[in-house]
Order: sequence, then structure tokens, then C-alpha cells
Amino acid sequence: MSFWRWVALVVALVAASLLALAVGTVNIPLLEIWHALAGANHSMASIIVRNLRAPRVALAILVGAGLGMSGAALQGTMRNPLAEPYLLGVSGGAAVGAVLASAAGLSAALLPLAAFAGAIVAVIAAFAVAHAAGARGDPRVLLMAGVVVGAFANAGIMVVLANAEPNTVRNALWWMMGSVADGTWTQIAILFGYVVAGGAILVLLGRHIDVLALGEDTAAGLGLNVDASIRRIFLIASLIAAATVSAAGLVGFVGLVVPHLVRAAGVRRHRPLLVGSALTGATLVVLADLLARILRPPAELPLGAVTALIGVPFFLIKLRRLV
Amino acid sequence: MIRYDEVRIRYPRATRDAVAGVSFEAARGAITAVVGPNGSGKSTLIRALIGRMPVMAGRISIDGAPTASLRAEEIARRVAVVTQREELAFPLMVDEYVGLGRFPHLGMWHAAGERDRNAVDQSITAAGVDHLRDRRIDALSGGEWQRVRLARALAQGGDALVLDEPTAFLDVGHEMAVFELLHRVARDGHAVLLVSHQLNLVARFADHMVLLHRGSVAAAGTAADVMRVDVLSPVYEWPLVVTHDPAVGAPALVPLRQSQPRSP
Repeated sequence: MSFWRWVALVVALVAASLLALAVGTVNIPLLEIWHALAGANHSMASIIVRNLRAPRVALAILVGAGLGMSGAALQGTMRNPLAEPYLLGVSGGAAVGAVLASAAGLSAALLPLAAFAGAIVAVIAAFAVAHAAGARGDPRVLLMAGVVVGAFANAGIMVVLANAEPNTVRNALWWMMGSVADGTWTQIAILFGYVVAGGAILVLLGRHIDVLALGEDTAAGLGLNVDASIRRIFLIASLIAAATVSAAGLVGFVGLVVPHLVRAAGVRRHRPLLVGSALTGATLVVLADLLARILRPPAELPLGAVTALIGVPFFLIKLRRLV
Repeated sequence: MIRYDEVRIRYPRATRDAVAGVSFEAARGAITAVVGPNGSGKSTLIRALIGRMPVMAGRISIDGAPTASLRAEEIARRVAVVTQREELAFPLMVDEYVGLGRFPHLGMWHAAGERDRNAVDQSITAAGVDHLRDRRIDALSGGEWQRVRLARALAQGGDALVLDEPTAFLDVGHEMAVFELLHRVARDGHAVLLVSHQLNLVARFADHMVLLHRGSVAAAGTAADVMRVDVLSPVYEWPLVVTHDPAVGAPALVPLRQSQPRSP
């Protein structure tokens, strides 16, 4: 991809972020956004930008970047264009954690922790299932194990919700639809750590993913320790996804569609693909959250629904070009 | 250069060895061909070389060093493997794909350098695919793809090529082109080890043939030693004749019909 396309990706993210800071129930001019971010005054506009919109935009950027990179890494490693972070049982496990915490009456502040724990348990379970099946590094078996664990988790959620109080059901549902509305700066800082560290490792492993995408035997012939490499990439991609899910619930379709958009722009090797997916995913989620806020005020649409509404047409166009 | 010594391999949960004590050597400057019926253990030998199958007994060595003592990328720097099938989930450009042949030479923190680019250029030229450089892999024909895969293997920079069925799915002309290319590679000093069902082609190009039958060596030697009715017929369990056409210059196998066709 040419230099100018990279510039365009960065400019798009900055523009989307500024737009999301400016537009809403109260529209704020760019100059005031600048003053607010500089922290100079205590006007109404400053408070809206600093306390309401900036954390939202920051969380949206991190969620989008994390899911985009996680999806790009998994699609290449599994050699499967349909692979995405949630297929590995991460989403189901996180949902179980959140629903259980909510049903047990734990405070909302503990929900992200419970979700993260649930996601990690699901990933470990998926690896254990694959290991028991005798194929520790076979991506197809890992994929199936993830689907099975996810299905089991969904069944668990339904059992818990069947007898739950309406409040618990509402909490769980809101969370499963995804939202970047209530992010605290602490949560954002933690997610930042996961996305930046995890993303950096994935970019370093980018050439391994290139080679894995050729098939396991060819990768082994090129000197890659295939099983260990697949496990490592799965684990990091799952950790990133689990961290995003625990901070913002389930934001569907980003991990699936973003890598395809970047590939359609002519990026083929995984190092640039991962970076491009981070930028594009961030832009997509920032815009989706903006739409979620402004389409039907004062109500907010679920973020996960909006990402799918934006993602599906893109995906269909891409599919049409493919056939 | 690549040596198999009394190698025994058994698949998990199998009742008999897939490879039961096979020994032979693939030397530099020569084409060594492993032939035999389906399920005779040919591909298993290659998978064991790159560590995708555990060797239960015996050993495989590269220039005297057992593969078990070598790291995977050390093997990949000396021996390049072209597997039977390879389908890219996401297409690359031809030069990007050939560039992946440099993978065993690149550390995680290193970008490809001058040496890597030269190796890629030279192997693309050697495989005769210069005109395909800027094409996408999914826009190549079967014969072009096979040559591009050979270029990738040459870019690995070792002095041994190992190929599993290099001419499967290719027509006569492309088959010959691939074997002529392998012949040149061997003449330039590489060890070429290939597994093939194309007995007649192999008989014309290989310096050394190894016939496998149910995991064991049934015959080995020159084409004249292996391409014999009394050797091949029991192994393939089919009636056949071996002809010698002076225009070909090598023995050729012709399988017979089960019952002679009736004359009109």
C-alpha cells in the first residue's frame, strides 16, 4: 500500500474522532474542543468533551483497533476468511462471566473483571478441548473447540437468565449489545495496555502469520515451529479480544469485516495488514458510536447493532467484487 | 546430503508402520526419486524430514547432522520443501510469495535486506517466472503456480530441494518443463529429492530411484535396476510391460488391460 493511503487512514481516524467529539445533542465547535482537550477552562462544552465524549472516543478507538488486529491475526493463522475473535468462545465466555456476576448481585464496577475472567476461562477451555482431541495446534480443531465452548456458554447464559430478575436480564442484554458509553479512564488505561502490547507482539509475529497462511506443512518446511506459533497467536488475539469485551461488551462484526476492507485496499502481508486493521477498526467503531448516539436521540442504539449495520453493506460490496 | 537410516514411522493409532526401516541417500548434483503405490509411505518420509511426523527409530540426517539435533529454521536454510498441495487462503503477489522463501533467514526484528532481494530475483529468474512477478497468485495457471513454488523453494538458499509430487495436475508440456528445471537445478549442484507417481518421467530424469512398497524399500538403483517387470508388477499388483523405445532412451512402463480388448 502506498504512503498516501496510510496518510489517508490516519487522517480518516483523526477526522472521525474530531467529528465524534464535536457532534451530539450539543454541537461543539472545533476551537472549543481544542480548548477543552488542552484543559484550560471549565465551560459546559469543556465538561461535555472531557468527561463524556473523550472517554467514549478513546474507548471506541481501542475497541476497534483491538478487534481489527485480533481478527486479522486469526484469519491469517486459521487460513479462514470467516474467522473472527468471537468465534473462539471469547464472547460467550465473557457473557457468562458478566451474566453470572450480575445475577449474583455484584456491583457494576466488577462486571468487566467478571467478563474478562469468563473470556479467559473460555479460551482455556477451548485449548483444553483441542488438546483432548489430540490436535494441539490444528487451527480447524481449535476453531471447532471455540465454537463448541461458545455454544455451551450460550446455553449457560439462557439457563441463568431464565430465572433471573428483570434488572439482571436488562443489564446482561445491554452488555451483550456492546457499548462504549460508560468507560472509565482506568478501564481505558488497562485496555490501552492490552491493545498496544498485544498489537505490538502480533505485528512482530506478522511474518509468522504470513507463513502460516501458506498452510501448516509449507510453514513447517520454512522453519516455523507451527504448533507453538499457532497457539501463541491464538492466545494473544484472544487476550486482546477478551480485554475489549470486558471494557465494552460485545461489538460484533468489526473483527470479521475490518481485515477484509484493508485487504481490499491492496494490503496483503500481515505486518501492514495488522496496522491497517487497527486504524480502520478504530475509525469504524468511532463512527458507529457516533451514529449510535445521534440517529435516534435521546435514545442510544446498541453499538454492536450499528457496527453490523455499517459492516454488512461493506462486506456485501466486497463479496460482490470477490465473485 | 539428505540421508535416511533405518527410518521407522508409525501414525498414531495405526497397527503397522507407515515407514518400516527405510535407508537411502539423496546426493548433491543428482535427482533422487522415491516411487511406489499409494500408501507406500512416500509422503510420510517428507513430512518426517520437516518434523511433521515423529521418527520412532533410525534417523534422518542432513550432511551428517541428525535433523533431531537441528532447529527447524536451520533445516529450512539447507533444505527447501515443496509440498504436494498448497492453497493460499489470501492471495499474494508472486514476488511477495517468493520473498517468503527468505523467512528462515530473517529474524523477528530484521527487515529483508539486499541479500534477500538478490536471492529472490535470482530464483525468480532461475525458475523462469520473471514475466509473472507482478501477477497475483490466484491468477496463475497450474503450471505457472508450480514454477513459482519452485522459485520460492530456491529462494530459501539451501542446496537441497525436496518435492512431493511436483507434477501432479500438470499436462505433458508443463510436466516436462518442471522436470527439465529440476534437472538444471541438480546439475548446478543441488540435491533434488522427489516423490512421484510418474514412473516413466522419473526413469528419464532421476539418477537414483527408490521403490517403496508397504513402507519398505522393494528396489533401489538406476532406472534400469528398478524399471523391470519382475520388480514393478508385484509392487503395483497389476500386469504390465516395460518397453524400451530408442527415441526415449529410458525404460517405460505400460500397464496392461485386465482382459485383452477384442479385435473388431
